Amino acid sequence: MLMLSHVACAYGAEPVLNDVSFELERAHIGCILGPSGCGKTTLLRCIAGFERVTRGEIVAAGVSLSSADRHVPAEQRRIGMVFQDYALLPHLTAMKNVEFGLRGMPSADRKARAMQFLEQVGLKDFARRFPHELSGGQQQRVAIARAMAPRPDLLLMDEPFSNLDAGLRQSLGQEMRELLKSLGATALIATHDHHDAFSMADDAGVLHHGRLLQWDTSYRLYHRPADRFVADFVGKGVWMPGRVSAADTVEIETGSATGSMTASFPVGAEVDLLLRPDDVVHDDDSPLTAEVVQKLFKGSEFLYELRLPSGARLLSSVPSHHNHAVGESIGIRLETAHMVVFPRLDPHPSPIRG
Amino acid sequence: MQLADAARSGRPSRAGAAGPGLIVWLVALVAALPLLVALSSFFSASEGVWPHLARYVLPEALVNTVWLVAGVALCTAILGVSLAWFVASCEFPGRRFFNWALLLPMAMPGYVLGFAFAALFEFTGPVQGAWRDLFGAARFPDLGPRGASVATLSLVLYPYVYLIVREAFASQGIRGMEVARGFGYPPVQAFFKVSLPMARPWLVAGLSLAVMECLADFGTVKLFNYTTFTTAIYRAWYGLFSLQSALQLSLVLVGLVLTALLLERRFRGKSRYTPPGNTRQRRIALPPGKAAAVTFYCTAILVIAFGLPVSLIVVWSLENFAAEFDTGYWQLAANTLMLSTGAALMITTVAILLSVTVRRAPSSVNRSLSRIATLGYAIPGTVLAVGFFVPVAWLSRVLNQYLGSETGHVVALQSGLAVIFLAYLARYLAVAHGPVESALQRIRPDVEEAARGMGVSGLRLLGRVHLPILRPAIFTALLLVFVDIMKELPITLMTRPFGWDTLAVKVFQLTTEGEWHRAALPALAIVVVGLLPVILLSRQRR
Repeated sequence: MLMLSHVACAYGAEPVLNDVSFELERAHIGCILGPSGCGKTTLLRCIAGFERVTRGEIVAAGVSLSSADRHVPAEQRRIGMVFQDYALLPHLTAMKNVEFGLRGMPSADRKARAMQFLEQVGLKDFARRFPHELSGGQQQRVAIARAMAPRPDLLLMDEPFSNLDAGLRQSLGQEMRELLKSLGATALIATHDHHDAFSMADDAGVLHHGRLLQWDTSYRLYHRPADRFVADFVGKGVWMPGRVSAADTVEIETGSATGSMTASFPVGAEVDLLLRPDDVVHDDDSPLTAEVVQKLFKGSEFLYELRLPSGARLLSSVPSHHNHAVGESIGIRLETAHMVVFPRLDPHPSPIRG
Repeated sequence: MQLADAARSGRPSRAGAAGPGLIVWLVALVAALPLLVALSSFFSASEGVWPHLARYVLPEALVNTVWLVAGVALCTAILGVSLAWFVASCEFPGRRFFNWALLLPMAMPGYVLGFAFAALFEFTGPVQGAWRDLFGAARFPDLGPRGASVATLSLVLYPYVYLIVREAFASQGIRGMEVARGFGYPPVQAFFKVSLPMARPWLVAGLSLAVMECLADFGTVKLFNYTTFTTAIYRAWYGLFSLQSALQLSLVLVGLVLTALLLERRFRGKSRYTPPGNTRQRRIALPPGKAAAVTFYCTAILVIAFGLPVSLIVVWSLENFAAEFDTGYWQLAANTLMLSTGAALMITTVAILLSVTVRRAPSSVNRSLSRIATLGYAIPGTVLAVGFFVPVAWLSRVLNQYLGSETGHVVALQSGLAVIFLAYLARYLAVAHGPVESALQRIRPDVEEAARGMGVSGLRLLGRVHLPILRPAIFTALLLVFVDIMKELPITLMTRPFGWDTLAVKVFQLTTEGEWHRAALPALAIVVVGLLPVILLSRQRR
């Protein structure tokens, strides 16, 4: 449905996107992950037709939309866009905003369709409100209804949940996925939060300094990252230095870690092993202990930061009935089914991130 | 707590409040007086010439004024909106220059631009000469008085719309346009569906300023012999010597002004729209052909409204300098300077006193009074001239009845500076009040409370706290009023003391005699000084 091959874009002399290629199937939901400033907004704007590409090609539904010498204007692309700031038109009511997108339809059909979509996002009773009379979440849902009502070939969403609190974020993410799926819509979402990708996307990619580092399922992004940055950006973790002792074993200071590795290394190779919080399991019977340095209550679980006798740090995700005080030593065990392993980086990266 | 209470209760002592409170009442009364006087004419008996005026002048003035306002509103809207849109939202060669340069025509009084056009297009002028060379005896497409008045006033008044609407477009960003284009609206349709409706409150505000100025204009329409209310009032007084009729005409004109004000309220809409989302300044990159067309359009407007007339005036001034410039000009300049400076000082002082007083005692009565006091800006100068002349003359008569017979002196307040200064005060108080008031609002109340806590109050508080902080705003106020009064025509013309000709009056006298070239020198002086506030304005907005 959407295909980008070797797309590059620059603002003046400053390159913003570099050699971006990926493909999104019809009725799939894709997700572009990346920190702010990585170029994800620009990528969406290129696809929508608000920016020109300097190299490469964008093809949607078999039609070439953008290349170095071709640029179909935004108004001819039939691509819906939900802007990060929603961009509701302030002089129109919620209803009129949705109707705005339904250009060229008979008035009665237009009203019916607009109402149908407002209902779908749960804002039937707010149709006559002006944007400034709506909360942030409501505004966002109007923006989504507006973008979806014309049933565009492709829907682009720029940080659709950025202004929402975590709880709403997750529930809306799932609702949104159901809505998109029920309409059979193809959508591409830009976000800095991998939870959005996990809750919504079929495929996802990590964009860093204008380059797409990996395009894959979100499961594989987490467990099989192709790049250190991807590994760091998608989920939390700690890098432990180690040495490969077998095809499925890495020796680190706490002992042997066993599991399938992201890449094959010769025995004896110096590597860094990424330990995710869920790789470090709390076990009172384990001879291996570590001291609780910090704890973060996350509801169903605690995220503990632990210090090993050597001074190295670990993160551990522990069910929240195991409430331990800072300073206490607890038993831990490694459960590393999937091992994210990269060649040793020198100097060793900072121990804790996320 | 107790200390704070004590400080608070010690603030406006009753004895002290009466003095400042009186100022607010007085200033409001000054602004309301001409309106009350005009209103009183409705109830008093008409003089002999009124039936004549009512039958022949009133309908013509009404029709002409309505046409003028409609024409100027339409043209300033088109010019102001298009220029503002290009400068705020598009990228084209020269954009940064036009951003401020398009404000320049503001420095041109309508009567100066008008006579430059008149000289260019008159039968013996260069344009018609060239026309005859090219087309022989074919009739020259003449705009006529109505067209000429509309064109001239539109070219000097569009900057009001441009200035305010540009702000709207700039703060909107082009996000709204992107939304529309994403839904398949072509750019032009997107502009009319989204950008323009979003700028409506600003457009209405800018248009109402232009319309007020247009209703108040006297010099331009007089120049083209286009009878509107302002010129009809002038003629009733100076041609037919019927003050009563002048007042009655004023009343109708005030009615028109109030209608315009009410229409503004009606159309401005309730909400001040906040722009949709983030307003990163990104402009539409126009393709080269269109960009060149936009540059050409902006250049053309600037040349017609400013470049060409100023060049003409400069050339004529140089040609006539030796013949024209004599000691008489020093007298004119001195008169102009004294009137403008004196009035600017007085008006700014009143503005400061008014703002500070209302700030100290912000009761709803005081706030309404201060609104009334600044309403005079909407009232045309001709109305103010008549409206003050009549009561002051009446007061003189009364004084003469009681005093004159005994002392042998004849009091004639109306022939002194009283009328002209009162009229200036009413008309330009708002101009000085604006910057002072907004600067005052930026002073946090704790500053004053802190000063009072240290025992500084009353006039010392004003002198040691307010004035130093307000200095830039006071300078702005003085400059704006000074320049406005220097350019001002009807009040000065109608109520100046005998012999007090100013540069503006001189331009008026010379142009009514068709002496275009000789009028260039005083006009040039006015335009040069008039540039000062434009420069100030463009620097503030940068």
